[in-house]
Amino acid sequence: MIRAGAKVLLEVKGLRAKVAGVEILKGIDLTVRAGEVHAVMGPNGSGKSTFAKALAGHPAYEVSGGTAAYDGGDLFALAPEQRARAGLFLGFQYPVEIPGVSNSAFLRLAYNTMQAVRGGDELDPLEFDDYLREKMKLLAIDASFLDRAVNDGFSGGEKKRNEILQMALLEPRLAILDETDSGLDIDALRVVANGVNRLVKPDNAVVLVTHYQRMLNYIVPDYVHVMDGGCIVKTGGKALAEELEARGYDWVKAAA
Amino acid sequence: MKMTVTAPHPYIDALLKGYEVPRGGVSWLNERRAQALERANALTVPTTRDEEWRFTDISPLTRVPFRRAVGTARPVMAEVARFIAPEATARLTFVDGVFAPELSATVGLPYGVVVSPLVAALDTHAAVIEPHLARHAGFEREVFAALNTAYLRDGAFVWIARDRNHPTPVQLLYLSTQQEAAAYPRCLAIVEAGADCTLIEDYASLGERVYFNDAVTEIVAGEGARVRHVRVQREAGGAFHIGHCAVALAKDAHYASHAVALGARLSRLNLDVLQQGEGVEVRMDGLALISGRQLADTHSLMDHARPHGRCRQLHKCVVGGAAHAVFNGRIVVRPGSQLTDSAQQSRNLLLSDKAHVDTKPQLEIFADDVKCSHGATVGQLDAEQLFYLRSRGLPDGKARNLLTYAFGAEVIDRIPVPSLVEQLEETVLAQTQIPTLSLPFVKGEGVRP
Repeated sequence: MIRAGAKVLLEVKGLRAKVAGVEILKGIDLTVRAGEVHAVMGPNGSGKSTFAKALAGHPAYEVSGGTAAYDGGDLFALAPEQRARAGLFLGFQYPVEIPGVSNSAFLRLAYNTMQAVRGGDELDPLEFDDYLREKMKLLAIDASFLDRAVNDGFSGGEKKRNEILQMALLEPRLAILDETDSGLDIDALRVVANGVNRLVKPDNAVVLVTHYQRMLNYIVPDYVHVMDGGCIVKTGGKALAEELEARGYDWVKAAA
Repeated sequence: MKMTVTAPHPYIDALLKGYEVPRGGVSWLNERRAQALERANALTVPTTRDEEWRFTDISPLTRVPFRRAVGTARPVMAEVARFIAPEATARLTFVDGVFAPELSATVGLPYGVVVSPLVAALDTHAAVIEPHLARHAGFEREVFAALNTAYLRDGAFVWIARDRNHPTPVQLLYLSTQQEAAAYPRCLAIVEAGADCTLIEDYASLGERVYFNDAVTEIVAGEGARVRHVRVQREAGGAFHIGHCAVALAKDAHYASHAVALGARLSRLNLDVLQQGEGVEVRMDGLALISGRQLADTHSLMDHARPHGRCRQLHKCVVGGAAHAVFNGRIVVRPGSQLTDSAQQSRNLLLSDKAHVDTKPQLEIFADDVKCSHGATVGQLDAEQLFYLRSRGLPDGKARNLLTYAFGAEVIDRIPVPSLVEQLEETVLAQTQIPTLSLPFVKGEGVRP
C-alpha cells in the first residue's frame, strides 16, 4: 500500500554489479517504502536475479558502483548474515539442498538467530515444534517436511513453500522473493501467494522478482518495474504488468 | 602383477612363525587353510609399486613385530557396554580374535536364525558353510586374505534361512586389547533367498594400543534377499587394519553397505561386490573421517557380471591434519550385462592445507546398453550452501561448522541403526568443529532416515 510519508526502507541509487568480471547491472535506481509491494519484471537475462542476489550480499556478485541505503545505513557495508539480521530476506529462486542437516534443526537455528536479534525468547526444540506447526498450517505444509534434510529431495513446489515458511519465521522487514512463482502449479501458487499476503504489513515491504504476471493476480503490487539490459527501463502500476502479459517485453525494450 | 618369491617374505614369515594348523578342523577346511598358508608363504607384502597399493605405503605396518594374539584378555561387560548396540538381539564378541561367550548374546533366536562362532557351527551347519567359506574372498593374490584364511578358526557365522525375516540387527564386535598383537577376525554371513538381515561389524579397542587386525568377511545373499551391512572401523589411533569384504549377490538381491572408517593409523578396506544374478540393487555408502597422520584407504569393486544391476555409490572423505585418504572405486560391467545402471560419487572435504586425498574412479565397461557415471569433487565447502545459511543470519564460522558436520552426517544418517547413528554423529561433531565456535544446533535433531 502506498502511503504518503511512509518510511523509506531501501533506497538504491546507480547500482552497478559484476559477476565473474562481467557487468550485469548498469545503474539501478529503486526506492521502497514501508508497506509497499514492488514487482521487478523483465525478460530472461535482464539482471533481475543479479539485482536480488547483490542486495542479499552473495559473494559472487561484486558491487562495482552506486549505493544502497537500507533503513538509513549502508547496506553494502554489511556481511550477508548482518543483512539478514537487519531484517532483509532473500527467497531463493533455487533453494539450496543441504543433506545431513534436518530441516527442523535448520529452521529453529534461523529462527533463534533472529529472536536473539529481536530480543525475543529463543525456543527449545519442543517449543519450537509447536510454533512451527502453526506456521506450517498457513502454507499447507506436511509434517514430514521437518524430518527431512534441508530441501534435500524436495519437489520444486516444496522448496518454494519452505522459503516462504522461513520468511514467516524470520518476519523480515524487506523480503526479496526471487522467482518464487517459478515451478509452482496453480494451487501451490495460490497457497504461496496467500502466505506472502498474510506477511505483508504496514511496517515491512516485499520486492517480487518475476518473469510472469500470473503471481501478481494474487499478490497485488503497488509498483511494477521492468528491467532490461541491467537497468530499470519502465515503472508503472499493476496495469503495466497486465500490459506486459498481453504484449510481451519487446515493446518496452523498443520504447526504452 | 605381484612378484612370487621362493622364500617367504621375512615379514610374512614372522607373522607365520610358530604356525600350527588351528584345531577344530574338518578335512575340507584344513585343505583350504593349507592352500592359504601356501599362498601366504608365496606372496610378498605389497608396496606402492603394486597398482592396487599405489597410494598406500604399508611399510609402517612391517616395522612393528606383531605376534599372534594370545587369548588371555578377559574384559568385563562394563568395559564393553559402550560398544553394544541396544537394537541388536544377537551379538558375538571377539577379544583379540578369540570368541568371548560371556560378552555375547545368542540365546532365544527364532527358528531359522543362527548366530554362532564358526567352529561350533562347523559341527551343525557344515553343509551350509562348506560351499561358501573362503570361496568368495579370494586369497590367491591377496597376502592378507591368505594369512587370515590360514589362521581361520574363531570366526562368526550368521545364517538366516530362506524367507526368514530377522528384523533386529546382528552385531559382531571385534575388540582389541593387546599391544603388538595380530588378530584375524573372520565372518561368514549367509542370507538365503527371500530372507532379510541387518549385520553390524564393529572394530574397536579397549585402550590405546598398537595392534594389527587382518579381517575377512564374506556375505552371501540369496535370490531376493535383503542385506544391510554396517561396518564401523573405530580402531585405536595407532592400530593397523586391513579388511577384505566379499559380497556375492544372487538374482534380485538387495545389498546396502554403510562403511565408516574413523580409527587406525593405517587402514585399508577392500569391498568387493559381485553381482551373480540379474536385477540386483546395491547401495554403497562410505565415510572416512580422519585427522592427524592417519591414512584410510578404500578400494571398492562393483562387478556387474549379470544384466539389470543397479548400484548407487557415495564415498565421502573428511580429512584433517596431515591425514591421507585414498579411494579407488572400480565398476566393472561384463560383456552381456546390459541395462546396468551404476553411479558413483566421490566427495572429499579437506579441512587443512596438509590434508591429502587420492581419489580414482575406474570404470571398465564391456556392454553397450548401460548407464554408468562417476563424479569426484575435492575441495572446500560448497559456496552456495554457505551463502544460503548466511542469508538466514548464521555467522560464517557457524555456517561452516554446520556444513562440515553435515558433510559427514549425510552418510551417518543413512545407517539403519539409530544408536550407532547417534554415537557416530557425536564423533563427527567432535572431529569437524572449529573449537572456538560453539555448536550451532542441539544434538539429537539430526536427520533420521
